[in-house]
Amino acid sequence: MSKSMGKSKNEAGSVLELRSISKVYGKGAAEVQALRDVSIHVAKGEMVAVMGPSGSGKSSLLTIAGTLEEPTSGAVLINGEDVHAMSPGAKARVRRRTIGYVFQDFNLLPGLTAVENVALPLELDGASMRRAYLAGLAALEDLGLADAARRFPDQLSGGERQRVAIARATVGERQLLLADEPSGALDSANGEGVMRLIHAACKRGVAAVVVTHDAQLASWADRVIFLRDGRLADQTAAPVGPESLLERPSWPC
Amino acid sequence: MSVRHALLALLSEEPKYGLQLREEFEAHTGEVWPLNVGQVYTTLQRLERDALVAAVADGDGESAEPGPQKAYRITDAGRAELADWLRTVPDLSTPPRDDLVMKILIAVRVPGIDVHEVIQAHRRYLIELMQEWTRLKEDDDGADLSFALVVDSELLRLDSVVRWLDAAEGRLRRAFADGWTPALGAPGAHRTGGADGARPAVALPRRRLGTRR
Repeated sequence: MSKSMGKSKNEAGSVLELRSISKVYGKGAAEVQALRDVSIHVAKGEMVAVMGPSGSGKSSLLTIAGTLEEPTSGAVLINGEDVHAMSPGAKARVRRRTIGYVFQDFNLLPGLTAVENVALPLELDGASMRRAYLAGLAALEDLGLADAARRFPDQLSGGERQRVAIARATVGERQLLLADEPSGALDSANGEGVMRLIHAACKRGVAAVVVTHDAQLASWADRVIFLRDGRLADQTAAPVGPESLLERPSWPC
Repeated sequence: MSVRHALLALLSEEPKYGLQLREEFEAHTGEVWPLNVGQVYTTLQRLERDALVAAVADGDGESAEPGPQKAYRITDAGRAELADWLRTVPDLSTPPRDDLVMKILIAVRVPGIDVHEVIQAHRRYLIELMQEWTRLKEDDDGADLSFALVVDSELLRLDSVVRWLDAAEGRLRRAFADGWTPALGAPGAHRTGGADGARPAVALPRRRLGTRR
């Protein structure tokens, strides 16, 4: 846990806090309970992976955490503030300014260049075109993509497109990165690259929640949460020193 | 993994001393498998007995016991043995008696045991191990090629076990939803099926798998 941020209402200093979240879709016979009483904290700089079989509620958890959907009951707190109590304008600001999203299919706008895609959320938030452009360029440079800045999405490889999507999700002062199967259809080397980038963003202080079914990708996270039938079924323990793996008995002849 | 053949490989470059062999073995395997120097000398003794290596005559004369002062070189027979070993495929035709697989097969049948809970306990442990390897990989960042290869191999191995647990859980869920019980899956019942056509999804293996090539 990171130290308390002082001004926030939650004592743990969580960037994201889900309190007893339940989500029901449909009514009557068609009712589906996607989430049941799920509570999660994600601290500044922490990377959390969410695993579970399909239908376990992983994606619902992410859309609710991203304020794209309301829970049926429970509360979502971003930096200690209850999203439900915010005005529509304040909620939209949190979405634009605080949260970055990375989707499986990247969702880049085909008519904009890489740097324009990255700069877009800043422009929407009222930054001048020039400031947004420069910030977008800096974010691309951080990910080794300066050369690709003026290319359009269809001129980029799958790995490059995903790096642009991560640049867009972390540009500016974003504090919470939400990713749904961010490695998409990428091969394993590019999939690992994506996790490296997200982990690097966390080291700079971003909190991240990554939904994945892939154990190798999940193993990049500081903590792995397991959902089952909409419930938080289990989670990994705090990491031990990696050296423990190398303190093994000698190899037999 | 064979220390014998690893030492032959190191000696195929040039004659070496025991201590040097240990250091190079550890470096070449990404320092994941520690080897004590006693093991090196014991192995060298056996290799010498089998005429795969020979002691290099030293100015001080020959000592009977292998030790720091004794260097070894590979013989022609040793080179042939090494080349053979590299080309021989390991026997993967017989399924290993996997502890984890046995535990899940048994957990299905023990009254009062929630097999999903057993599966999850193993899955969590495997992912915690994978987190540790991934952290090592991240720290090293590809600087040590041997180490990166070993870590890849471990991560893929552990990943395959997690995938098996996922698959097993899905299969068991469907079986339980279809009304499967351990009694239905009693030995002998799984090939015939009941009059109602119920077939258990899981049964302890009764067939002995033949060697496939």
